[in-house]
Amino acid sequence: MKRFLSALRRLLPQLAALGIILLLNAMISPGFFHVEMQNGRLYGSLIDVINRGAPVALLAIGMTLVIATKGIDLSVGAVMAITGAVAASLITQGYPLVATLGGTLAVGLFCGLWNGALVALLDIQPIIATLILMVAGRGIAQLITEGIILTFNDKPDLIFVGSGAFLGLPMPFIIWFVMAILMVTIVRRTALGLLIEAIGVNRRASTLSGVGSRSLLFAVYATSGLCAAIAGIIAAADIKGADANNAGLWLELDAILAVVIGGNSLLGGRFSIAGSLIGAMIMQSVNTGILLSGFPPEFNLIIKAVIILIILVVQSPTSQSLWTFLRRDRHPTAKQERAVR
Amino acid sequence: MANETPLLRAKGVSKSFFGVAALDDVDFTLRSGEVHALLGENGAGKSTLIKVITGAYRRDAGEVLLEGKPIFPRDVLDAQALGIGTVYQEVNLLPNLSVAENLYLGRQPKRFGMIDMRAMNRLSRELLKRYGLDIDVAAPLSSFSVAIQQIIAIARAVDISGKVLILDEPTASLDTHEVEMLFSVVRQLRAEGLGIIFISHFLDQVFSIADTITVLRNGRLIASRAVEGLERIDLVSMMLGRRLEEAEDTGNGVAADTGGETVIKVRHLGKRGVLAPFDLDVKRGEVVGIAGLLGSGRTETAQLLFGIERADGGTVEVEGQATNLASPQKAVHAGFGFCPEDRKTDGIIGDLSVRENIALALQARRGWAKPLSRREQDDLASQYIEALDIRTAGAEMPVKFLSGGNQQKVLLARWLATNPRFLILDEPTRGIDVGAHAEIIRLIRRLCADGMSLLVISSELEELVGYSARVLVLRDRRHVAELVGEEVSTTGILKAIAASGTTGAAA
Amino acid sequence: MRSLILLAGTAVAAGLVLSSVSANAMTVGFSQIGSESGWRAAETSVTKQEAEKRGIDLKFADAQQKQENQIKAIRSFIAQGVDAILLAPVVATGWDSVLEEAKEADIPVVLLDRQIDAPEDLYLTAVTSDQTYEGKVAGDWLVKDVGDKECNVVELQGTTGSSPAINRKKGFEQAIAGHDNIKIVRSQTGDFTRTKGKEVMESFIKAEDGGKNICALYAHNDDMAVGAIQAIKEAGLKPGTDIKVVSIDAVPDIFQAMANGEANATVELTPNMAGPAFDALDAYLKDKKEPAKWIQTESKLYTPADEPMKVYEEKKGLGY
Repeated sequence: MKRFLSALRRLLPQLAALGIILLLNAMISPGFFHVEMQNGRLYGSLIDVINRGAPVALLAIGMTLVIATKGIDLSVGAVMAITGAVAASLITQGYPLVATLGGTLAVGLFCGLWNGALVALLDIQPIIATLILMVAGRGIAQLITEGIILTFNDKPDLIFVGSGAFLGLPMPFIIWFVMAILMVTIVRRTALGLLIEAIGVNRRASTLSGVGSRSLLFAVYATSGLCAAIAGIIAAADIKGADANNAGLWLELDAILAVVIGGNSLLGGRFSIAGSLIGAMIMQSVNTGILLSGFPPEFNLIIKAVIILIILVVQSPTSQSLWTFLRRDRHPTAKQERAVR
Repeated sequence: MANETPLLRAKGVSKSFFGVAALDDVDFTLRSGEVHALLGENGAGKSTLIKVITGAYRRDAGEVLLEGKPIFPRDVLDAQALGIGTVYQEVNLLPNLSVAENLYLGRQPKRFGMIDMRAMNRLSRELLKRYGLDIDVAAPLSSFSVAIQQIIAIARAVDISGKVLILDEPTASLDTHEVEMLFSVVRQLRAEGLGIIFISHFLDQVFSIADTITVLRNGRLIASRAVEGLERIDLVSMMLGRRLEEAEDTGNGVAADTGGETVIKVRHLGKRGVLAPFDLDVKRGEVVGIAGLLGSGRTETAQLLFGIERADGGTVEVEGQATNLASPQKAVHAGFGFCPEDRKTDGIIGDLSVRENIALALQARRGWAKPLSRREQDDLASQYIEALDIRTAGAEMPVKFLSGGNQQKVLLARWLATNPRFLILDEPTRGIDVGAHAEIIRLIRRLCADGMSLLVISSELEELVGYSARVLVLRDRRHVAELVGEEVSTTGILKAIAASGTTGAAA
Repeated sequence: MRSLILLAGTAVAAGLVLSSVSANAMTVGFSQIGSESGWRAAETSVTKQEAEKRGIDLKFADAQQKQENQIKAIRSFIAQGVDAILLAPVVATGWDSVLEEAKEADIPVVLLDRQIDAPEDLYLTAVTSDQTYEGKVAGDWLVKDVGDKECNVVELQGTTGSSPAINRKKGFEQAIAGHDNIKIVRSQTGDFTRTKGKEVMESFIKAEDGGKNICALYAHNDDMAVGAIQAIKEAGLKPGTDIKVVSIDAVPDIFQAMANGEANATVELTPNMAGPAFDALDAYLKDKKEPAKWIQTESKLYTPADEPMKVYEEKKGLGY
C-alpha cells in the first residue's frame, strides 16, 4: 500500500496534466463527462478516449521498455500496417479467428526479433536499426494487401476485437488494459524491470555484472513488436479492413511522445509503464478535445503541439528545480538529502 | 647550452579541478632538436600538462614561454598557429576525405576562389615525399594503415605549426615495424630542429628514441633527466614512487597455504594482439597480486579471466571442472567476480539506488525469473552498508551521489553478495580517500582469511606486497615473472618490471 | 470438357484476330505512377482493357512513385518510336526537357488524372476529373434529396491543405449556396482514411446531441464515409436513414454499403482516363484534329437505384 501511494505520488504531474486536459475538454464540450449505457455498452466521450487511445497505449507499453534500454523503436507504426494486413489476409482466406490472431502475433514477434537482432547482435544504433523496418514495412504491408484496402465485413469474430464490447466496455480498452497489467506484473514481479533499467543506465557495467544484456534487448524489441501487432489487429478490426497506406501512420511518434509525457527519459533507465499509459491518454484526450471543439482543422496540429509543449515545459528539469526552489522553506528534508553527496 | 633560450618552457604551472590539484607547480623545458619523453602513470598529470600547453585548458598559475616569449593560447587552434602541433593516438583526421584534403583542410590552395585540387595534390605529394611516403594522395585516408595515417597527421601538424610537435601515445596501436617507421620520421624531424614531446608507456621505446625524460607523479614533477646514463630501474622507481633503498620488508602477505586446494587453474590462456598466453593457479584463501606498468597487460589479464575479452586459446578449470569463460555472464555463473578499474563506466549503475546496485550481480546470476524480493534486497543492502561502512544517506540513494570510495565499496558489496569463489579487483584503491583505502585493504585480508581467492591488480606496490602471497609481474603484454615468498617485495617487483625484455625470465 | 475445348478454340481465334489487328494498329507507351491505391490499380487495369478493346499495343511502365523512373520510361518509349505516350505524372514540375524530347520526336503526350506545371504546347492534352465539379455533384444531390427540409450537414474533409480537399469542399459549398435550409454545422479533417473518418464521426455525433442534430454526412472520399458509417451504426443510429451519407470516388466498398441501405450517393472519380485519351489520340493521329487542352472526365453520380451490387462486382474485378 505504501509503495502504491509512492508510485501515485511519482505520477502526480502526469495525473494532474490529464485531469486539467479533461476539465478543459468538459469546458469546451459540456457533455464530455456524460457516460450512459446504450445497446449494452457504455457510451460517451470519455469512453471514446480510452477506446481510440488503444493503439497508442499499446505501442507505448512496448516503447516504454525499449526506451528504458536507451533504445527507440521507430518501426511500430509500420509493424501495425504489416500485422493488420496479415490479419485481414488470413481471415479472408478463411482461417479461424484463433489461427488468424496467432499467426498475426507471430509476425509481430518476428518483426520485433528482427529489430532486436540488429540492435543486440550487430550493435546498430536503435534509431537506424528500426528505421529500416519503418521504411520497408508499409511496402511489405502493401505486398500483402496487393495495394487495396483488404476488407472483411463478414467476419464478426475479428471485428469484435476492434469494435465489440465486453461488460459494457469497448474491447480495445479491455485489451490494452489487460496487456498493461500483464506487462507491469511481468516486469515488476520478476527482476526484468531492474535488469532493463540497469542496462538502460549503463549497458557495459551491467554486462560486466553478469546481466545478459543481449537477450534482454531481444526481449524488449520483441515485446514492442508484439504490442504493435496487437495494435495493428485492433486498428484493422476497428475499420473492418487493413489499410496498408494509413494504418498506424505516424503513430510511432505519438507513442514516443506518450512515453516522454509519461515522465520517462529518452536516455533510458528508470521507467514507468503506468506513466506512459497516462501519457497516451493525455494525447488522446487532446485529440478528442480538438475534434469536439469544432475549431477548423487547420488548427488541429498547432493546438496539439502547444499543449504538448506546455506539458513538457512544466515537466522539464529546469522548471522542476525552480518549483523545488520556490518550495524550499517548507521542505528542509529534501535539501538535506541533496547535501549528502 | 645553458644560455640558449629553450624552445618551450613551462614554469610553475598549476591546474586544479574542483579543488583537486591535477598539476602542482610543474616545470618543464623542451629544447630545439630534442625528443623529450613525458612519463607517468595514470593520473600523473601528463595529459593535463599537454592540455595546458596547447590551450585546451587554461592554467591556474605559472607561465608558458615559447622561444622566451610568454604565450596564452586560447585553444588548440591558437596553439597551432603559434607553432605547437599535436598528434594523438586516435588519429584526429577525417577518414573519408582524401590524404591531400586532410593535409590541407581549412587552408586549401585556392584558385579563382575555388579549391585548386591539382595544386593541393601536388603540394601533398611533395610534402609527404619529405617523410619518405610515396602514396596516392587522392585516395581516402582510411585506405591506409594507422602508421601511415600517423605520419600524415604528423606531416600536417609540422606543416602548420613547425616548432613543437607533441606525440600523445602515437605507438599504442602500431606493430614493431611500424614503430620503427614512425621513429625514423621522428629522428628526421629532430635533426631538422623541432622540439618533440613524446608520451608513451613503452619504456623500450622511450629508451630508444628519447634524449630527455620528465617524470610526473600525482601532478608533481618528480625528475627531469637526460636518458643517457639513466638506469631503467631508476626510471621505474621514479614513476611508481618507490626507491630501491627503501628496503621494504616482505612477508606480511598472507602466505600461501600449502595445503589449500587449487581453485582456479589457467593454462595457456591468451589472445593474439592482447596478451601472450599465460598460466595461473590460485588456491583457496590466496591473494595473487599483479604488478606492471600501465599498458603492460594487467587489465587484459583480468578481462580474459572474466570473459570480457574472449581468449583465442587456453583452458580454465574451476575446482577441477573445465569452464568456458566466453562472457561475463558465464564467468559470474562460474562464481567469479570482477571490480573494474574504471568504476564510472564499467562499474556503477549511476541512476540506480545503492540497494539495486548491490543486488544486481546476484540477481543477474539467479536469472530474471527468480527475483530477489524487496525485503531480501533491503536486507542485503543494509547488511553490506553496515559491514563495509558505506556512507550513504540511505539504501535508496542513487549511487552516483556517493563518493568514489563508497562507490567502490558498493561494487565490492555487489560481488560479495554473490558469495564468489574468485574475486578479481582491478586497482581497488585508486582515487579513494585515505580512510576508505585502509578499509578496503583490511577487507581484502579478511576475505582471504574467510577462504576466498582473490586476484588483485594494483599500481600501489606496497599495498600489493602487503596482502599478496604471490605477485605476477607483467611487461609488454606478457607475464614475465612470478614472485613468491621472500621475493615478494617492492624491490623485487621493481626489478622484475625494469628487467629489459631479453633478460626477463618468463613465468 | 467440351466447353473447355470450345473455350480454348475461341481464345485461339480471338488471339489471331487480335494479332492481326495490332499489326497495323498504334503503339502507345503508358508511364504509370505506381500502385499506391486501389483506384490507381483500377486505372491501370482499365487502361489495359481500353487498349485491348481498340487493338492498341500498350507498353506499360510502373514508376514506383519516382519521377526519374517516369522520365527514363518516356525516353525509352521515344527510343522505341511509339506513336503516343500516356503519362500519369507523379509530381507537377520537372517535365519540360523530357517532354521537349518527345515533341522533337513528334510523339504526342497525353497527361492522365493530374495536371503539370509546363508550357501547354509540350503536351497534346490532359485528361482529368474536375474536383470542384465532383463536390458540386454531391451537393446538388443533397439539395434535391432534402428538398425544403432543414438539414444540418457534417463534413469529413480530406487531408488539410490538399487540393482535392480544398476543391471538393468548394464545389459542395457552391451547390448548397442559396439553400438556407442546408447548413454545414461541423467540418473536420479525416485525412482521407477510414480510421480517422470513424474517429471524427464519433466526435461529431457526441457533439451534435448524440447525432440527433445531424441530417447528412458529406465525406470527401468513400473511405472516410465507410469509417463514418461504422461510427453511426455503433452510436445506435441508422446510416442512410437517420443520417444520409454522400461521398466521392465510387470505390467498391461504398457500393456494398449502398446495397445495405447504409450509403445514399457517391460521385465517381472514374478510373477510365485512358478511354477519352485514346479517342483524342485517334482523332489527332488520323484526322490531325487538335483536341482541347483539357478533357474533363465524367463525374457520374451513383445512387442505390443503380444496382449497387452489380457495380460492386464490376469494380471489384478492376483491382480496387
